[in-house]
Formats: sequence, C-alpha cells, structure tokens
Amino acid sequence: MEKLTNKSVAVDRSPMTFGERIYVPAIMKGLSITVGHIFKKKATVKYPEQKRPFSPVFRGLHILNRDEEGRERCTACGLCALACPAEAITMEAAERKPGEEHMYREEKYAAKYEINMLRCIFCGYCEEACPKDAIYLSETLMPTHYERKTMIYKKQDLLIPHPKKQEGQ
Amino acid sequence: MLLLQIDTAIILEKLILASVILLGSLGIAMYATWGERKVAAIMQDRIGPNRAGPLGLLQPLADGGKLFFKEEIIPDSATKFLFILGPALAMLTACMTSAVIPWGPDYVTESGHVVALQVADVNIGILYIFGVVSVGVYGMMLGGWASNNKFSLLSSIRAAAQAVSYELAFGISLVALLMMTGSLSMRDIVEQQHGFWADGYFTWNFFKQPLGFFIFLVCSFAELNRAPFDLAEAESELNMGYHLEYSSMKLGFYLFAEYINLFISSAVLATLYFGGYNFPFMDAVAAAVGPLLFTIISVLVLLTKVIGFILFFMFVRWTLPRFRYDQLMKLGWKSLIPLALFNMLLTGGLILWVFK
Repeated sequence: MEKLTNKSVAVDRSPMTFGERIYVPAIMKGLSITVGHIFKKKATVKYPEQKRPFSPVFRGLHILNRDEEGRERCTACGLCALACPAEAITMEAAERKPGEEHMYREEKYAAKYEINMLRCIFCGYCEEACPKDAIYLSETLMPTHYERKTMIYKKQDLLIPHPKKQEGQ
Repeated sequence: MLLLQIDTAIILEKLILASVILLGSLGIAMYATWGERKVAAIMQDRIGPNRAGPLGLLQPLADGGKLFFKEEIIPDSATKFLFILGPALAMLTACMTSAVIPWGPDYVTESGHVVALQVADVNIGILYIFGVVSVGVYGMMLGGWASNNKFSLLSSIRAAAQAVSYELAFGISLVALLMMTGSLSMRDIVEQQHGFWADGYFTWNFFKQPLGFFIFLVCSFAELNRAPFDLAEAESELNMGYHLEYSSMKLGFYLFAEYINLFISSAVLATLYFGGYNFPFMDAVAAAVGPLLFTIISVLVLLTKVIGFILFFMFVRWTLPRFRYDQLMKLGWKSLIPLALFNMLLTGGLILWVFK
C-alpha cells in the first residue's frame, strides 16, 4: 500500500543488543531523568492559599441583580426559564403594591424565584436571555451541600446584598 | 545459682539497646513512608504531603491514626487464626532482623566497661538474617492464603515464588563475599572494612565485590517486593495483592513491615558492602575527638549510608515500570543465578591462585 504520509515509522523488531539486554544502561538513563526532575519547577498550585485566576468567560454561581437604589431588577418575565435548557429555573410573578416602589423596579416582580442547582449546567443562557440585566453568573464556585433541598436556591440566596442597607450597617 | 550468674547490667544494657533500635527502626520506617511520598511527588513535579505539620512531617502519625480508627474486618470465610497470624508474623520478622546489625563501634567507658552497639554478636549473623527474612515470606503466604480470596492467593503465590527464586542468587552472591571475609559474623565483616583505604586498595567490600554487590542489590529489590519487582502488588492484575482483605492496623502492619524491611535491607547492604559505620580517616577522627563523640559520628555515618540506600530504592521504584512475571523469573533463574555462580567461581579462583 502506498504511504499517505511520511509520519509512519516502522517498528524495529530486531533482537536487542547486549547493551539493551543487560538493562542497566537503560535504568541509568531512566534514573537520570527522574533524578533530574528533583530540580524542576513544581507544577502544584497550593489551592486554598494560592488561586489561579478564572478565565474572563467563567460562569459560576448565579446572582440576582439590584439597581443603584437597591430595587430588584427582575420582573418575572420568564425568559430565563424559557431559555434554560436544563429547566432549572422556576418563578412566580406578583404585582407590585403601592408603597413597594422602593423594593421592586417595575410593576411586576418575582415573588418566588428558584434555581435548582442540581439541574443547572451553568451554560449562562439565562444571563443572555434576561432583558433587564437581572441575572448574572458570578465568579463564585458552586459550593457543595449535604441535602438535596438546600441545593434549590431561593430568591434570598441569589439576590445580591442591598447597596444602601449595606452602607448603613 | 552459678549457672544463672549473668551480669544484670548487661541485661539492662541490651534491653535499652534493643528498645532503642526497635523504636529507631520503627521511627525511620515511619518517616520512610513520608519520604516515599515526598520522593514520588518530587519526581512527578509535585509537592507531596505538606498539610500535616511543617513539610507534612506529621503525615505518618496521621496515617497511623487513620489506620487505627478504621473498621477491623475479618472475612467470614477466612481462617481466622492464620489471618491474624499473617500480619503479626510479617511485623515480627521485620523487627527481628535488626538484632544482629552492628550499629556502631564498641564504646569503652572511662571505667573500662565495653558497650557493644549491637544487640547480639551472633557468629552466624548473616545466616540469622536470611533465616528471619525467609520466615517473613510466611507472613505474606499465610495472609494471602487465609484471606480465602483468589486474588490474595495468587498474589501470595507470586510473592513466595519470587522470594524463593531470588533467595538463591541472593545466597550465592553472598557466598562469594563470605569466602573473602571468612566469617559470617556481621561485626567481623564490618571490622574488616575498617577505614577506607589500606594496603593499596579500598577496604570496603563494594570495591572488592562489585558484581556480588550488584546481584545482592537486585535481589534485595526482589526480596523487598518493591518495584520493579512488586509483582505481588500488581494492582491492575491482582487488585491489591496479598493484603487485599485486610483492613485497619492489620493492613497497617503489612505496609509498615515493608518499610521496616526496606530500612533493614539498606542497613545490611551498607554493612556488608559499604563498610557499615566505617568512614575515611576514621582513625584520625577517633584520635581527635572523645570516644563518645566518635561513637555518635560512626552511628551517624551508618545512618547516612542507610538513608542513601533507602533513597536509592525509592528513586528506582519511581523510575522503573513493573516487570512481567515471566521476565522476573527469567531474570532470576537465567541471569542472576548464573552470574552469581560465575562471581563465586571467580572469587574462589582469585583467592586460591592470585591472592594467596
């Protein structure tokens, strides 16, 4: 058969020479390689003390955003839930009552907003779908939990801290 | 009672010496496990244990503590007595070998009392080591067989066959050495290697028996069941080896006995071939410093050699891949034994006709 590339190398099946059969030179060569590694730079990152930077497109835990005055941006339009390929997001909408203007930015808000982190695949489609810049994927790593039910993140778990209240504290 | 008139001081002295050596070898074996992990890590460009204490120095204690608190499992179908005897035997024989190794020169106190840094100066010291090491194989065999598990059984068969095959070349390579020294006593052999240079040649046996040393070294690897001859623990073929069914401290004993054996083997290698506690210019050093300091220096010299050998064993382990079983047997029977026989004949001929 004609060779397609010149990359193939014929396997050398000739019997081993005496030098190869006594094996000691090969051991010495191997030892020189491994001993040489004593002086090489270590590849280890000492994790909790030393962290590698995330890539700019890293997608971590979700946050629900607030505006500058601390009002929730989410209007419970449901586009994120629709975009979610893992069907991890559920929400219930509610109408904003008079006097609640300082809490919610629009007339409609999410009374209940849950993300099932067991289902979520961190694809970031919710972030792309959101017309109100309400949901973002942060750089926080997903923590582990002991129970399934605590893996379902409620609105309180997702909302970022209130900017005004935090200043007051 | 005239017959039992033994100096109690001697008993006390030997008792202290024995416990120091036992504890010392346990301690060194403990840190050999740490060292092995560090060496492995460094050779693979990693850092190794570094969380438990500074530099991970408390790691052996953490490992030991973990093993103590593990559940003790004895399989239903196991032969209980032998199952427990196995690790006990392995540990016992590993600890027993250190008795005949001379750890340092005699220390003469000011009152003229001689303290020998050797638990027992048996005149057949080497034979004693060989005997005890052979019994150590029973530890593996019993453990593997009593587990009533096919993998364990296969592994212990491998270990036993390997140990028996390599003991032949081991013994023959030693015969050549013994023809030269004319004594089986470890102390005599060390005394003959006094200093480093005498009568126009090196005194250490390594320079007189390089081939014998090489065979002895290769056989030590096999006797220790260490890579590249760790066929008994080939994970890919036998899961874990003869201690597959063991848990908790019984497993710990097996693993630990291996490291004590490593230490003792290194000590034997250093004693037989690398001059034991002898070092160059030792007479000048002995004249310059007091007897106590000289003894301490000698012991440290021996320990340095031993640690050097342990490191060599580790370097080789993390360098070479495992042999195939037929290759192992071929190397043992077809290469090492003829080589050892040749070495014996050569030595005999040289002693008979050249160095009369």
